[in-house]
Amino acid sequence: MAHTDSSPLIRAIYTDDDVVLSAVKTLREKGMKIKEVYSPFPIHGLDKALGLKETRIAMAAFIYGLFGLTVAITLTAYTMNFDWPQNIGGKPSMTWGMNMPAFVPILFELTVFFAAHLMVWTFMIINGLYPGAKEQNPDPRTTDDHFMIEVHAVKGAVDVLKASGAKEISEA
Amino acid sequence: MHYESKVREPLILGDKSYTDITNDVARPIETKAPRLWWIAFSIALTMMLWGFGCIAYTIGTGIGVWGLNKTVGWAWDITNFVWWVGIGHAGTLISAVLLLFRQKWRMAINRSAEAMTIFSVIQAGLFPLIHMGRLWLAYWVFPFPNQYGSLWVNFNSPLLWDVFAISTYLTVSTVFWYTGLIPDFAMIRDRAINPLQKHIYRILSFGWGGKAKAWQRFEEVSLVLAGLATPLVLSVHTIVSMDFATSVIPGWHTTIFPPYFVAGAIFSGFAMVQTLLLIVRKIFKMEDYITIQHIEMMNIVIMVTGSIVGVAYITELFIAWYSGVEYEQYAFLNRATGPYWWAYWSMMTCNVFSPQFMWIKRLRTNLIFTFLISIVVNIGMWFERFVIIVTSLHRDYLPSSWAMFSPTFVDIGIFLGTIGFFFVLFLLYARTFPVIAQAELKTILKSSGDSQKQHHDPNGTH
Repeated sequence: MAHTDSSPLIRAIYTDDDVVLSAVKTLREKGMKIKEVYSPFPIHGLDKALGLKETRIAMAAFIYGLFGLTVAITLTAYTMNFDWPQNIGGKPSMTWGMNMPAFVPILFELTVFFAAHLMVWTFMIINGLYPGAKEQNPDPRTTDDHFMIEVHAVKGAVDVLKASGAKEISEA
Repeated sequence: MHYESKVREPLILGDKSYTDITNDVARPIETKAPRLWWIAFSIALTMMLWGFGCIAYTIGTGIGVWGLNKTVGWAWDITNFVWWVGIGHAGTLISAVLLLFRQKWRMAINRSAEAMTIFSVIQAGLFPLIHMGRLWLAYWVFPFPNQYGSLWVNFNSPLLWDVFAISTYLTVSTVFWYTGLIPDFAMIRDRAINPLQKHIYRILSFGWGGKAKAWQRFEEVSLVLAGLATPLVLSVHTIVSMDFATSVIPGWHTTIFPPYFVAGAIFSGFAMVQTLLLIVRKIFKMEDYITIQHIEMMNIVIMVTGSIVGVAYITELFIAWYSGVEYEQYAFLNRATGPYWWAYWSMMTCNVFSPQFMWIKRLRTNLIFTFLISIVVNIGMWFERFVIIVTSLHRDYLPSSWAMFSPTFVDIGIFLGTIGFFFVLFLLYARTFPVIAQAELKTILKSSGDSQKQHHDPNGTH
């Protein structure tokens, strides 16, 4: 996926997900540069066929979770054991470690809270999704039952696309 | 290509193409509401407004307008709170746990089940809020620096764990639901003809375009959210049960509560999903997607969790006897034979006895029977919470403190109001949101669609 290439684009419409998957493989074998594939649903194996790197968003969520856990530890330790320790139901409040069993639910909930919310925010930001954003797909049919492959124009591209099963081809 | 054994029943019936799925999911949004919808909506709206009136009366006058007394300080409010939270659990279970187990039948029902989760947690959250009496001080439950010196909330208290659990649960369920909705809103946006409608769905769809990288991240996010939501949903009802279990009231102070409450929550939640989906599939003609097989699967879950709940009831009785603690023994004897015997036996009949009919295949595939059982189970689960809360409280240690609880019209009004509010939200959702996760459903059309299955030849090639 060469994002820096500014050559004109050719858009090919397909009507079957399996054809798209095999077309992507053929196009890449022929050395064509695929800019983007738009599909109404996730096509399994497409990311590998396109040579996309694995997403690191799960790792991001893990780090956000650790951050949430740290917030929870700080919050409970500061309020319950440092700022104003009290005898509550005989639970030991001298150190955070001794008081910790009572905080397990809070530690867990805040870990999940931070991991989930920050991951979803990250997802929205890196995909350019926000309320009122202009639709990213050039053809409205690609959220219904059509699929689109965008390639950088090279000589003979139209023939290769046709041979790969494209139903419509247009230049953008 | 992915193929599936012929032995498996198709999950999508009829000769469907991708466009057919699009059309079927968009139809309720693009057509006028059926008459039945307006009738249901009017009833729900009336109930909701009546409930809001009762809430206003409670806030304006005080908690004294409820039927509570010195002995029974918690009654319908907490019963309703636990009942609604429990109902919410099935949605997360269907969308998260079944996703982790790769159960494809969840795809037709997860959207509505998650909607139900969010709407019922909203109802649940109302009760602790109005029980505070002074609603405008509700922010005191959060730890924030304040003018009273270093006065903090008590992180040792299960009631505060509840605040964190319910807030996390509500917000995480909402983003989980919304993330899944984005591609479906985009589908509605791309086919909208009316400019206003197009504009609204453009805002809602966040500009989604179905790019390859976006789908890759989307699937990862769904998986991680499911992984986070699974322990979350179990923790929520565990923490709710600790509101009772960490106290020293006979009948509440039991270690069995967390698993017992979680099983009960799944049980009642699936019953509510059943009630709602049977209506949705009928009104919006979704029979090809929400098939008898889906109904049967859910009935099996109801049967299994109902039996777990039954075992928990019996275990509770056994442990009360085995503990040798007089107060504990009396609490359970009083439940079954005391003045609230009718509530106890309603609970037993509805929750333990009625789901056992689901062993019979003819009954669990019968729609009318299923609908009736789903209502019965929800009534039973309401009684369960009532029994646990009121019968454990009403006979205090000293006979001079013994009392009975009877609800006032305000108690009843608020409860009916939340049922109305829930249905108002659900009915509005059913008319404006894609009620089936169509993008996800399209991924299984080729492997689990009825006509597509028949076209595969036995060699597994085209």
